[in-house]
Amino acid sequence: MTAEATSLRRDGTGEPSVHARRGIDTTIVGVLLFIASETMFFSGLFAAYFNARATHPDWPPQGIELEPLIASILTIVLVTSSVTMQLGVRAIRRGDRAGLQRWLAITLLLGAAFVAGQLYDYSTLDFSWQSGIYGAAFFTLTGFHGAHVTGGVIALAAMLFRANEGHFSARHHAAVEGVSAYWHFVDVIWLLLFSTLYVLR
Amino acid sequence: MTTATLAPVAVRTRTSWLEWLTTTDHKKIGQLYLVSSLVFFVIGGIQALGIRSQLAAPDMTLVDPETYNEFFTIHGTTMIFLFAMPILSGLANFVVPLQIGAIDMAFPRINALSFWLVPVGGLLIYSSYAAGGAAIGWTGYVPLSTGGAGGQNFGPGLGTGVDLWIMGLTVLGFSSILGAINFLATIFRMRAPGMRMFRLPIFVWTVLVTQSLALFAIPVFTTALVLLFIDRNFTGGAFLNPANGGSAILWQHMFWFFGHPEVYIMILPAMGIISEVVPVFSRKPLFGYHAFVGATIAIGLLAFGVWAHHMFATGLVYLPFFSFLTGAIGVPTGIKFFNWLATMWRGKLRFSTPMLFAIGFLAFFLIGGLDGALLAAVPFDYDVTDTYWVVSHLHYVLFGGTVFAVFAGIYYWFPKMYGRFLDERIGKWHWLLTAIGVNVAFFPQHLLGLEGMPRRIATYSADTPWAPLNLLSTIGAFTIALSVLLFVVNVVVTFRRPLEPVPDDPWDGNTLEWATTSPPPPHNFDRLPPIRSSRPVFDEKYPELAERAASAGAAR
Repeated sequence: MTAEATSLRRDGTGEPSVHARRGIDTTIVGVLLFIASETMFFSGLFAAYFNARATHPDWPPQGIELEPLIASILTIVLVTSSVTMQLGVRAIRRGDRAGLQRWLAITLLLGAAFVAGQLYDYSTLDFSWQSGIYGAAFFTLTGFHGAHVTGGVIALAAMLFRANEGHFSARHHAAVEGVSAYWHFVDVIWLLLFSTLYVLR
Repeated sequence: MTTATLAPVAVRTRTSWLEWLTTTDHKKIGQLYLVSSLVFFVIGGIQALGIRSQLAAPDMTLVDPETYNEFFTIHGTTMIFLFAMPILSGLANFVVPLQIGAIDMAFPRINALSFWLVPVGGLLIYSSYAAGGAAIGWTGYVPLSTGGAGGQNFGPGLGTGVDLWIMGLTVLGFSSILGAINFLATIFRMRAPGMRMFRLPIFVWTVLVTQSLALFAIPVFTTALVLLFIDRNFTGGAFLNPANGGSAILWQHMFWFFGHPEVYIMILPAMGIISEVVPVFSRKPLFGYHAFVGATIAIGLLAFGVWAHHMFATGLVYLPFFSFLTGAIGVPTGIKFFNWLATMWRGKLRFSTPMLFAIGFLAFFLIGGLDGALLAAVPFDYDVTDTYWVVSHLHYVLFGGTVFAVFAGIYYWFPKMYGRFLDERIGKWHWLLTAIGVNVAFFPQHLLGLEGMPRRIATYSADTPWAPLNLLSTIGAFTIALSVLLFVVNVVVTFRRPLEPVPDDPWDGNTLEWATTSPPPPHNFDRLPPIRSSRPVFDEKYPELAERAASAGAAR
């Protein structure tokens, strides 16, 4: 028996072009590749920040006051939402759709709370992205991150809608896994941003 | 395992306009890419003719300097982002799923989106002409592109047109990133049983490395464009404009961190096409398959370590590092030349049009590669930086290299796409005119560079010694235009001719696209031959040779 015949039998379909291959689901491969490209996009933004930081001796400039307390609360909110997201994924891996719905709803609320909290944070700061390089860098970096969180919230809402429609099972939930990977990515970017802007300064 | 004859009848249905607009079939999307890219090739070429006409003699006033600046900006942008990248994506779109024995791309609807973003980006870029123009060069260097301090003082060709140029390039970046995700997922996940990674056709390998480069390089360009847009419209230049505390060198770093891998995004798939054509028309397997794959991966890795050789003249980069790595790229490229020449060595050569274009690639890309290797030497780079030497180098690489390979690929795969051969006689004239035109147009530019003629000047004085060579170069440009016209004639003649069915495997090919009908049915394959090497179709046709090769350890 040839190797090809064996692999055909293992795939179980005998079709010449087999979609149901073993390994990671194609959707998740797509999401991971997308995350790789997003990582490079944010790398560019961080490069711009550190370039500015290295070329300006007075950093952060005089008169720039951040709100570390709000940012810390936002950090806790977003990290918690990663945990709840993962609990939802674990629920649907067991086939527990009600659990998925519950955890998705909580994650969605936490994500929305993060966006609202960031907007509140913006409203309390007394500098804008037109007040020099620090403001430009701060609002560009956090703004693009906030836009990505907003996109994630929309994706979570779509997953919740689909779960309510009766989609997803223990075998078929690649979209949930993909959104989860993206959500963790957004969380990691925030941790890097928080470390850069509030800890390292 | 011998097999029965292949399904003889291709599915031939007329495709409606609506179907072209809504299709998710990788073969149709590939053809859409080809048509749109060739349209932009002609438009970009017309601007090149404008540039060359203006430079044909000293002190010409055919176009005013602003228009001239817009011409070379949009010519470069068009040829790179609206012609070279999309046409290679188009060929890859058509060929890759067939060569790996897949039914379609991994994400067919995203594939359609990737294509339709191209005309959208093209429209945005070309609408800059109606909005004051974009006269910043395809590199968009700051502070020219940021305007003056405080975001004010936008001169002619630096206003809203530049914003449209930025938006257009951002859209095209999305298109390329989505395409990269799609190609990589397709190659990772959609291979037919038996198509292991080291049985992938070389073209698929080059697409794999190319799309990895696109995935990691293009997002950084998007960042740079976003920062430039923010600077121009909101912050007054905080990031990039030194007049407002920004860093002009940052733009150059980010642009070339993308821009150098970009060069390989345009040349690696071209090398892949050559590696499909040369073995088939030499009737030999590619010499050194594994070495070629290794060299392709090496070029892909080195691509991210050489960007600052575009910035030697700034004096702000670590010269030995970037000079050494740039020189190092010559090694894997040399390996590839050895592969191609050793494949042809004592082969049974057939000089059909695809092979002629492949040989043209070998000759002219070599010239572009060698004068590029000279540029890697810092003292020489200091001497000729921003002169016509650089213009000559990049055109030898991208026209002598990429365009020759693209035409080799079009003549090679045309029968598979449309079930018709392009006319061989016109094709050979097309090749001859292109080969003459390229060298007449671009070789004199080497000498102009050595004579010190700067690039991007709208005219020059009669006191300079540059006039005769410039006239020669302009004659070459019009020769190229004539050759492109001949190609269009060839396509028209081919489609007007009564249909003669093309066999599945007209060139005696090696790879899986030749195992299905010409053109392939919507589902691509009725059956696949067993895949035991990188040449499954060859193995099936010549089982005794395949066995001998396998026992000798080759073709594995």
